[in-house]
Amino acid sequence: MSVTLTAARQARLVPALQAKGGRIVAGGTLAIADLNQGPTSGSALITLDRLGFDQVTAKGGKVTLGAMVTMAKIARDRRLKFLHPVANSIGGPAVRAMATVGGNLFAPAPYGDMAAALLALDAEVTLHDGKTTRKLVIEAFLRQRHKLNKTCIVSVSFASPPAGAFRYFKAVRRKPVSASVVTIAALLPRKAGKIKGARIALGAMAENAVRARKAEAALEGAALDHEAIAAAANLITTETSPADDAYASAWYRREIAPVYFFRLLTA
Amino acid sequence: MTKVAVEFTLNAREQNEFVESGSTLLAMLRDRLDLYATKAGCHQGTCGACTVIIDGEPHLSCLTLAERCEGREITTLEGLSLDGALHPLQQAFMDGFAAQCGFCTPGMILAAKCLLDRNPEPTRAEIADAISGNICRCTGYEPIIAAILSVAERMRDPVGKRA
Ligand SMILES: Cc1cc2nc3c(=O)[nH]c(=O)nc-3n(C[C@H](O)[C@H](O)[C@H](O)COP(=O)(O)OP(=O)(O)OC[C@H]3O[C@@H](n4cnc5c(N)ncnc54)[C@H](O)[C@@H]3O)c2cc1C
Ligand code: FES
Ligand code: FES
Repeated sequence: MSVTLTAARQARLVPALQAKGGRIVAGGTLAIADLNQGPTSGSALITLDRLGFDQVTAKGGKVTLGAMVTMAKIARDRRLKFLHPVANSIGGPAVRAMATVGGNLFAPAPYGDMAAALLALDAEVTLHDGKTTRKLVIEAFLRQRHKLNKTCIVSVSFASPPAGAFRYFKAVRRKPVSASVVTIAALLPRKAGKIKGARIALGAMAENAVRARKAEAALEGAALDHEAIAAAANLITTETSPADDAYASAWYRREIAPVYFFRLLTA
Repeated sequence: MTKVAVEFTLNAREQNEFVESGSTLLAMLRDRLDLYATKAGCHQGTCGACTVIIDGEPHLSCLTLAERCEGREITTLEGLSLDGALHPLQQAFMDGFAAQCGFCTPGMILAAKCLLDRNPEPTRAEIADAISGNICRCTGYEPIIAAILSVAERMRDPVGKRA
């Protein structure tokens, strides 16, 4: 086998290398595992180590995570307390020390727990496509992510959620570490006691992390009471298309998603 | 085959090597440096047998490209004992029968070391989390957790302080 490794020196030049068949390796938890399965001859790998994409900034209520920020770094950052349960739910400690935010955006289901959280947080993805630096709302990004594999993710940004407004739960078959049966991330800001601007994202319930818009609508304007939560829980799987995999059947995922959603919101 | 020069610190000694582009740290340790404590299990990140410490954090050497170790500080199990004396974790694993075939043991001990270095007073749950990426197929996890807990307790209550 012949493998070449290029350390990118400018993000805007990465797409040209991707166009020639190069693949970005960030933490490598998925990319090198693929390579170990059977290296394709002439694999060309691109690393982003020299681009300074490993910075977290939190200023003026806005958080920016560089694409190379690892789950372990998030889990140690006091400013990102609301994201600690998300980062800590991803793999064991060694995976968390390597796995990056940028890589998680491309992780196939049932992976992508951070992507689900970022979807609930309405994050914006900054990417270089070779011509320009552009920003894409995460929902659009996730929908097109297979077509975006010739771009270089620079960072993700989002508004810091109001205290207590962000909730997260990942149902697993084995604790403390396993891939997701269902991942639920919810942003539930309140104004005068009523939900305003609910965003609910589900992971492992479709090819990509998806919004549960009908459940969001059921909560909008409601007090977070038993009745409203039950109504939303009834709708939580309506826009999903979960897969059968080694962790759970699609049937099981649909059965338990409303139960965990109800528990998460009533906790 | 393209060879690339890499300089790093391995078990507290400076080292430079020519590595094949695209080869893993696991391959470098076992095939080039004859350091066999680091075990090769799944090559997929799931068994934890290949765990090493890089810059103070546990890493899976099967998924780490050797070339990217430039300037980094790597510790393998061989680097734990000092002048022939076992590290307290190694001793506790022996004393507590926390190893049978021993295949998972280096990874378990290094994962535990990372935990204790950051958090000398871990709870049982924190220990379970620290070794959650390391699969043991024969000992069972209880003696392993007990061995790690015993080291944490001893570190808190150093020899001589005990009645
Ligand atoms: C044992 C194990 C357990 C795991 N458990 C979980 C889990 O519980 N939850 C979970 O969500 N995931 C899990 N994963 C999957 C994975 O570790 C994470 O999703 C991780 O965040 C991927 O990041 P990475 O940097 O390692 O990606 P890499 O493997 O480096 O890259 C993955 C893909 O993304 C592309 N990519 C990476 N960065 C960029 C960028 N900046 N721009 C453009 N493309 C990019 C790469 O080209 C590649 O195709 C697990 C993996 C393993 C091996
Ligand atoms: S050999 Fe690296 S995790 Fe199994
Ligand atoms: S002692 Fe045999 S795998 Fe753990």
